Amino acid sequence: MDLDNLASLEYFYPEIILAGAILLVIVLDLVIKNKRVIGALSILGCLASLGATLQLYSGPSGFLFHRMMVLDHFSLFFKIVALAATILVLWMSFSSREVASLHQGEYATILLSSALGMFFMASATNLLMAYLSLEMVSITSYILTGFLPRNRRSSEAALKYLIYGGVASGAMIYGMSWIFGMTGSLDYSQIHAALFQGQPNQLALFIAFVLILAGFGYKIVFVPFHMWSPDVYQGAPTPFTAFLSVASNAAGVAILLRFFFPGVSQLGPDGSWRFLSGVEWPQFLLIVSMVTMTLGNLSALGQQNLKRMLAYSGIAHAGYILMGLVVLNTEGLQAMLFYIVVYLIMNLGAFLVVVLVANATGKEEIDGYRGLAWRGSAVPAIAMAIFLFSLTGLPPLAGFVGKFFLFAAVIKQQFYLLALVAVANSVISLYYYARVVKVMFLDFPEASDGRVELNPGAATLLGLLSVMTLVFGIYWGPLVAFTSQSLQFFTK
Amino acid sequence: MEITLTHFLVLGAIIFCLGMYTVLSRRNAISVLMGVELILNSANINYVAFAHYSSGGVDGQIYAIFVIMLAAAEAAVGLAIVLAIFQIFHTIDVGATETLKN
Repeated sequence: MDLDNLASLEYFYPEIILAGAILLVIVLDLVIKNKRVIGALSILGCLASLGATLQLYSGPSGFLFHRMMVLDHFSLFFKIVALAATILVLWMSFSSREVASLHQGEYATILLSSALGMFFMASATNLLMAYLSLEMVSITSYILTGFLPRNRRSSEAALKYLIYGGVASGAMIYGMSWIFGMTGSLDYSQIHAALFQGQPNQLALFIAFVLILAGFGYKIVFVPFHMWSPDVYQGAPTPFTAFLSVASNAAGVAILLRFFFPGVSQLGPDGSWRFLSGVEWPQFLLIVSMVTMTLGNLSALGQQNLKRMLAYSGIAHAGYILMGLVVLNTEGLQAMLFYIVVYLIMNLGAFLVVVLVANATGKEEIDGYRGLAWRGSAVPAIAMAIFLFSLTGLPPLAGFVGKFFLFAAVIKQQFYLLALVAVANSVISLYYYARVVKVMFLDFPEASDGRVELNPGAATLLGLLSVMTLVFGIYWGPLVAFTSQSLQFFTK
Repeated sequence: MEITLTHFLVLGAIIFCLGMYTVLSRRNAISVLMGVELILNSANINYVAFAHYSSGGVDGQIYAIFVIMLAAAEAAVGLAIVLAIFQIFHTIDVGATETLKN
């Protein structure tokens, strides 16, 4: 299916609904005084868009808008992930005192625009569309990072993010210009044909790919494009940090996979992907993956600020996710998709507890968690323990299953060194995650520590996320089926 | 001397390197943003040159126009952030605004 502009609209409902919701929120924000309504309306818009996305999932695949975008299970999967993250983050924002002080209408509008950008990132099949969508997500992220008014950390984080993001996307389009020059096209399938039939200059190709990786890598946060992340995570409003850590990361993976798999490699008959010969990508990615997880985990060890610790843990998890890319086969990719869903659930949960504790004590440092289990409700402490142990990868939690699939894919292809480094990293990560659990349960609170109050909305969300973490650790079949079904790229 | 594609590509590469150098060496936030603009424009030169010397489509030119538009959007957000930084720190030296560190 290769549709023109008008015919494409029929398959473009999720985006249209989301864009409509954005416009509606902007207008109603001027009229409605009760700002809670704005948040609820944004969630409704996301749910409507989610319904449309799920409906398309059972429909046909094809190119839209003269091959600018593609509709297939892979893009729909990442749209669902982006919407799920947006809904959960909006829900989380209701309970955040930090966000309550902000302009709600603008906050919701920009967050939804970011989600819309992620939709385009997931489905871009043209270098121009890839750049536009990436920038749409980046620019909205800069704004939301610096959204706390008169806040030193927030403004500084926004400036750092803007500079890193600007350089990374500049380097990326410079790399893309070389690809355009070598192949004479911006369209992925024509690039694919030109690269595989012609004899491209290996050195130029290598430089171009490294530059493009800079642009995608700063979204996924792998080394050496990770430097912005700890500062930005710490400075940004916490619910938005949560959004950044899961949704932006997932969208980066989507655009990377779309470019590297149907774009510049070929599917072999045995389900493995053959990369363009001459450039040793698996070796290169292997090193990037190992360095990323090791550096992330080692840097997280000494952190006192929970948001900063979760930022470094996010870098480590980006390393784990990259493991699935190293093996260059369907099994690895499926493990990546599975891990993205699991990471979304457990990481959002951990950030929700950070929000609740910051509400009660105004602290993000680890001493704000002293004896959390004995201060008011014990539920946040127990939930946090579940999320942190799941992030470590302990059974019977979802994180364990996710890591198991990644390790299995790597070991089957006999990358023993990578598997060994990953296991060692999981052990290192246990230290800093368990330290938080120890502080929450074994230390005694002091009189000055505020009680942690749970409102019904936050309690429901916390329960939902922790139950999902537990359930996917025991009953992962449906999620595996969903991810393997989602691994379908439309290329013809 | 006839001007060929190579001349444009060398020009693009030089501007790219100058942009990178500006970003890495300058401490003034506005200068750093100007470095980013140089990087974006080096890519523009490449796109337009490749499009001009190859098959004759307009993809390259269109890409360059989009880059110019997005550079404007990024500069708008960037300057707003720099303004916020100036109001808080009373300086736009990127080194002097260091409160976030390990």
